[in-house]
Amino acid sequence: MLIKNNVLVTDEWTVLRLKEGEAADRVVVPAGKVIVPFPVWNCQHEALQGRRELGVWLASFERAEDLQDDINRFPVIAVDFHKFSDGRGYTLAYRLRTQLGFRGELRAMGDILRDQLFYLKRVGFDTFAVRADKDIQDALQGLSDFSLSYQASTDNALPLYRRVERGAAR
Amino acid sequence: MYRYDQFDHQLTAERVAQFSDQVRRRLSGELAEDEFRILRLQNGVYMQIHAYMMRIAVPYGMVSAKQMRMLASIARKYDRGYGHFSTRQNIQFNWLKLQDVPAILADLASVEMHANQTSGNCIRNITSDEFAGVAHDEIIDPRPYAEILRQWSTFHPEFGYLPRKFKFSITGATQDRAAISINDIGLEAVKNAQGEIGFRVLVGGGLGRTPIIGSEIAAFVPWQHIITYAESIVRVFNEYGRRDNLYKARIKILVKAIGIDEFRRQVEEEWKFSKDGPSTITQAELDRVAACFTAPAYESLPQEDAAVAQQHNNKAFSNWLKRNVKPHKVAGYAAVVLSLKNSGIAPGDATAEQMDAAAELADKFSFGELRITHMQNLVLADVKRSDLFALWEEAKAQGLATPNIGLLTDVICCPGGDFCTLANARSITLAKAIDERFDNIDYLHDIGEIDLNISGCVNACGHHHVGHIGILGVDKSGEEWYQVSIGGSKGSPANIGKIIGRSFSFAQIPEVIARLLQVYVRERKTDERFIDTLRRSGIDPFVEYVYATPVVEDEKLLLPDYDLIKQGTPYDTPYYSPRF
Repeated sequence: MLIKNNVLVTDEWTVLRLKEGEAADRVVVPAGKVIVPFPVWNCQHEALQGRRELGVWLASFERAEDLQDDINRFPVIAVDFHKFSDGRGYTLAYRLRTQLGFRGELRAMGDILRDQLFYLKRVGFDTFAVRADKDIQDALQGLSDFSLSYQASTDNALPLYRRVERGAAR
Repeated sequence: MYRYDQFDHQLTAERVAQFSDQVRRRLSGELAEDEFRILRLQNGVYMQIHAYMMRIAVPYGMVSAKQMRMLASIARKYDRGYGHFSTRQNIQFNWLKLQDVPAILADLASVEMHANQTSGNCIRNITSDEFAGVAHDEIIDPRPYAEILRQWSTFHPEFGYLPRKFKFSITGATQDRAAISINDIGLEAVKNAQGEIGFRVLVGGGLGRTPIIGSEIAAFVPWQHIITYAESIVRVFNEYGRRDNLYKARIKILVKAIGIDEFRRQVEEEWKFSKDGPSTITQAELDRVAACFTAPAYESLPQEDAAVAQQHNNKAFSNWLKRNVKPHKVAGYAAVVLSLKNSGIAPGDATAEQMDAAAELADKFSFGELRITHMQNLVLADVKRSDLFALWEEAKAQGLATPNIGLLTDVICCPGGDFCTLANARSITLAKAIDERFDNIDYLHDIGEIDLNISGCVNACGHHHVGHIGILGVDKSGEEWYQVSIGGSKGSPANIGKIIGRSFSFAQIPEVIARLLQVYVRERKTDERFIDTLRRSGIDPFVEYVYATPVVEDEKLLLPDYDLIKQGTPYDTPYYSPRF
């Protein structure tokens, strides 16, 4: 199961992860809806070009700009959080959405927990593959921790004072 | 000072609800400690040796009398009747139970306070000049900008999990009292040739294991652009700061590794996306926030007051006037520093009674506002000179008038080995030993201005690198030793002190300081401060004299019961399990 646009849905995609000894240029990408690691896309670009239902995932150290030319050919881009405390994925998402104009599904996967969902949603993720040992129903609540925010991000291009009349009632 | 509107209140309330639920889930076991740890840190909650510690934010050090009374109430209700003011102008409570934290946060929210982002790898509480708005050398009041930056950085969704903590400091005066060069970003408000306001921006300063003075990344960023510019810096740091080694994760290491010119190029490249965009600060927003920081209703008064002049024979009062009363930009007014550096008390500690008394003094003499200084004292910023004598008498009765501001006993000191799990050595107890050795007010006044800083470990919470005399606790095969450096300075200009040589035992340190002071007295010229003499003569005469003959240990300090942590004191060892 996944959280997608604030509701639980069944995951139609398979995530391809390279096993030890597998090389990005030779691994066989199975048929169907598959999210491949960025190095696989990079090496097998030509062979995979024709597949419309193909997603790509980035590790936290990979660069959003490296997808620049192809960005909206992917129905889904995922960012893998190997540890929830590694915050590079937040900037990756912000760049994909606001600087590179990615419009498809942006998925957070890996060490994804309830208490990070609100920030993840704000920077542009719309789909969350919550860590398997956690209660996904419970995690859903994390999306609504706050009802407003001071600063602009992907979810709101304007800072609070440009959205509302501030300084009114105390 | 800034007052919350409905949106500030709502956001604060939602934060209290969020963290209360996280605490509940931790206590029920739903959240594992390694998942909870980061959440509690972002709410200022640490697990210390004896209990939970909580650091409450005092944005840029401004606090109202009402808020101070709430801090006193928290000290009584949930702690052991006292609190500790920190070098980031915050307050820490040392003896809390995790179960009480939600109630404490709710109490704080009721007076427009919080503990957001006072720890963790995020943007921390922004510090500023404790004399902002009243300093005689101020060019621009930095507080409205500090508040705008506070709101921008609060719950910033992209910057909650940075490689390491991130500290801003901001000043608007010629003399830098905010130590901007030792912050991750230091902002100096300046005017350009056209009289427009902007910021000189420093980046990559910091202490810790690798002390570095910040480098100038921009000479002038117009104020409208300071959010987008700062955001660009933090974004580059978030992507490229090291995450493989805790000690190399601060922005200073990144800036040093690639050089300030390359770092600036990357920031400018990033800034192209957001410059002039919707996060550009509007005049209307600046005006709204700045309206909270207008001058109080000053009376027109003569500069000198007859009542003060009458007391010129009162030596104790004169000493206090000389050390604790600071100039004010308005005639007939002064800023007063209430000292939290008293013999036998940990530097920066205040009891609930003292907090209440300080609030009372603020109401009576200073428009109901106080400031917390990075030197760990309190300030009443707007006192009529004609009230100084009455204020002094009342402050003295509360132990808040020790005439030692800027002197040797006005020490900056971290909690150290008595409280902190990171420390190699005791800091507070050492400060006490030094205080006892130099317990002579005439001698202290003769020595004059000197910054003594003590850190219990390389994390440098006591800012030892920038002390005129800096003392660092080091571990040698499990024993506590102290390394001494001299010649550091926290601002105008800032520089890092030099280590004088091999380290000393706890019981040797007071004598080492005495020798350093003897060299100063021998070498000084008229009106030269310790640091001036040191800069002129270099460190050699000091080093030679300290090591010329063996430094004998003070026997009293070797006694097993020489310690601050004694039965019957507020520091008495408690037994809350730090687990829950």
